[in-house]
Amino acid sequence: MRQLVVRDLAKSYGGVQALRGVSFAVGAGEVVAMIGPNGAGKSTCFDILNGQLAPDRGAAELEGRSLLGLAPHRIWRLGVGRTFQIAATFTSMTVRENVQVALLSHRRRLWSLTTTTAHALAGEAEALLERAGILEQAGRPSDVLAYGDLKRLELALALANEPRLLLMDEPTAGMAPTERDALMDLVAGLARTAGTAVLFTEHDMDVVFTHAHRVLVLAEGELIAEGPPEAVRADPRVRQVYLGSDDA
Amino acid sequence: MSGSAVLLQFLNGLASASALFLVAAGLSLIFGVTRIVNFAHGSLFMLGMYLALALVPHVGFWWSLPLAALGVAAFGALLERLLLRRLYAAPELLQLLATFALVLVIKDFALWAWGPEDLLGPRAPGLDGAVRIAGRSFPEYDLFLIVCGPLVLGVLWVLLRRTRWGTLVRAATQDREMASALGVNQHLLFSGVFALGALLAGLGGALQLPREPATLSIDLQIITDAFVVVVVGGLGSIPGAFVAALLIGEIKAFSIALGYAEFTLAAEFVVMAIVLVVRPWGLLGRVPAVQRGPAAVEPPLATPSRGVLLALAAVACALFALPLASGDYTLVLLTDILLFALFAVSLHFLMGPGGMLSFGHAAYFGLGAYGAGLLMLKGGTPMVVALFAAPLAAGVAAVVFGWFCVRLSGVYLAMLTLAFAQIVWSIVYQWDAFTGGSNGLIGVWPDAWLSGRIAYYYLTLAVSLTAIGFLWRTLYAPFGYALRASRDSPLRAGAIGIDVRAHQWAAFVFAGLFAGLAGALYAFSKGSISPEALAVPRSVDGLVMVLLGGVHTLTGPVWGAALFTWLQDSVSRGFDYWRAAIGAVILLLVLVLPGGLGSLLRARRPA
Repeated sequence: MRQLVVRDLAKSYGGVQALRGVSFAVGAGEVVAMIGPNGAGKSTCFDILNGQLAPDRGAAELEGRSLLGLAPHRIWRLGVGRTFQIAATFTSMTVRENVQVALLSHRRRLWSLTTTTAHALAGEAEALLERAGILEQAGRPSDVLAYGDLKRLELALALANEPRLLLMDEPTAGMAPTERDALMDLVAGLARTAGTAVLFTEHDMDVVFTHAHRVLVLAEGELIAEGPPEAVRADPRVRQVYLGSDDA
Repeated sequence: MSGSAVLLQFLNGLASASALFLVAAGLSLIFGVTRIVNFAHGSLFMLGMYLALALVPHVGFWWSLPLAALGVAAFGALLERLLLRRLYAAPELLQLLATFALVLVIKDFALWAWGPEDLLGPRAPGLDGAVRIAGRSFPEYDLFLIVCGPLVLGVLWVLLRRTRWGTLVRAATQDREMASALGVNQHLLFSGVFALGALLAGLGGALQLPREPATLSIDLQIITDAFVVVVVGGLGSIPGAFVAALLIGEIKAFSIALGYAEFTLAAEFVVMAIVLVVRPWGLLGRVPAVQRGPAAVEPPLATPSRGVLLALAAVACALFALPLASGDYTLVLLTDILLFALFAVSLHFLMGPGGMLSFGHAAYFGLGAYGAGLLMLKGGTPMVVALFAAPLAAGVAAVVFGWFCVRLSGVYLAMLTLAFAQIVWSIVYQWDAFTGGSNGLIGVWPDAWLSGRIAYYYLTLAVSLTAIGFLWRTLYAPFGYALRASRDSPLRAGAIGIDVRAHQWAAFVFAGLFAGLAGALYAFSKGSISPEALAVPRSVDGLVMVLLGGVHTLTGPVWGAALFTWLQDSVSRGFDYWRAAIGAVILLLVLVLPGGLGSLLRARRPA
């Protein structure tokens, strides 16, 4: 089943065409990598799917419902989780509180004026932190975390609404190789058991070719190749694009 | 209005636009390079007026213009070197407060040097006549002013586009870090830009002399207008400032000519509102350049320990027991302290956890006070009902103003809150028939059973403590967490389903409501209300209270309010330059103790 369907997405800033009509789909339970040199349009694509940017044209649907024209907080309600390339967490809160806020948001309890946040859903928050592998950091302020742990907290936040679609922008940047595999295994397990569609960008080709079921290659705002990792790796156009950049 | 009258009003609008443009252009230039919004820019304009006035008898009118402008420029360069240079790396709040403190100091300096009376300016020799335009007479001097605006725009254009210095200014405006990385001498550049901005303001003030008298209140009038102009035109854009100054100048001219002087500010407000909705960064403005480096990190909100809760309970008990052992004077002072503590806590709620800096919080305090007075005097409402219904007036204003404010952030937000507050003040001040104008309202006394000092003290104590307790409680509830989440990272907050604007809007309304409640308590405690209750200095009082106690602590604003109110009560009697003293205290705090009193307590305690 196709969970996310993107058709002819285009966006330009001033005179620069960041996306020139990109179409693809991600199925339920599928883990798809989006790769390409810097400036290929990956972040633009993510920001459109997550509601931070409005496209010039095109369509994007999750389980038949359009994601376009919605504010980020509405897109989350449709079941989209997001991790950012530069980790964005609530720095005045502990790691546990970060996740509690996300869980409270999922349960639509953020307008409560008289309940106590510290007691709310603490057990569930810790369960999520355990899945993400940072339970031992639960009581620390989130602004003192090491980079890899921040990425794990980001993942825990993105999972709080049991997403149907998980968008991950460079989820393993700053991690050691073994940590990378652990995190991606976790994500793969989620896709398998919960049927979550996963779309991620990644600069590390080992992660991409080990963990992605399918790879999309963007260059200068266009989708130049698409297929299983082995086929993409052998594609001459992809090799040409990557030979010309430092990112491979 | 006939065709010729329309033409003359149009020219009149062009003439007044020139002064506005000069001030707004300077404000924009300084902001572009230093990222500081200079609240004291209107004060520099005022200094230009007084300085020119002082120079005229010695050098004549025409020489007084450049000399006054140069004098103000030198003063600006001095300010930059001695004060602002220490603040470039400081949080926005402290920068804004410091320039705000300058407003107070400069105003009292002018009061000391030139006295409280309005001083009429000279006529311009050689241009003191009138010309016939379309059968009507029009002052020659105003024609000269009409030429000045575009002339200065042209000079600035050449300076910025055709000189190496201008290239550096533009580079720094677009990317400060990059410009400094490329070896631009920042100190020299910043001083130069600040001096140029001050020169423009001083020249604007001096040029205005033949049109209007020099007064001590011109500083806030002109800075409000300038804020409206830069918000409409786009902060950092000189042509934007020009276009917007023309627009605002014409609106002013025509509303006065049509006999709706009171309508002027409302018209400006409508224009500003439309622009903000359609183009949030102004007509010709651009989305602000991304600032690199981490944002200010707020410490976590600690759950109060048993010891802290016991201490607070002990303070509350002591406050309840106090009337047994104290005189009237102490009770009146404590009543003031309690209601100002509520005012300060409501402001802290907005600027601390809410992350929204307000320079116009007195508007809600004053609307609560006037609401209570008007409900009782004009509506015949029983006092107790008026006390609790009045905050709704402040709440309604917060709903309207907040809707705009949550669409902006940082300095734009601060400017907008000040502009809104100034608009409310002007309406109250000018609407004699309803609000009593500059005289205010008298006879706003509580019911007989509450009119004793002890009874009213208990009322204030009960209401303030309950309200403060409620505001603090919400911060520990999910609502408070969602609010802090929205401040910490709007990006992440949105991505986990938090409606950032809705939460900030709600916080704005809460803060307004509770400031209004404090205002209503104030009205009944004094028995009278004057426009000062919602004037800008009252907003500054609130900011000083919060800053004094420390914006990063929860109870800080309460201690700050207590200290400030006590100081004001004991020092301000018989001291004419109280405002300057407050300004000096702010400057000292900003430079020496930026974390407030609360930071002293925290520093002693191991984390």
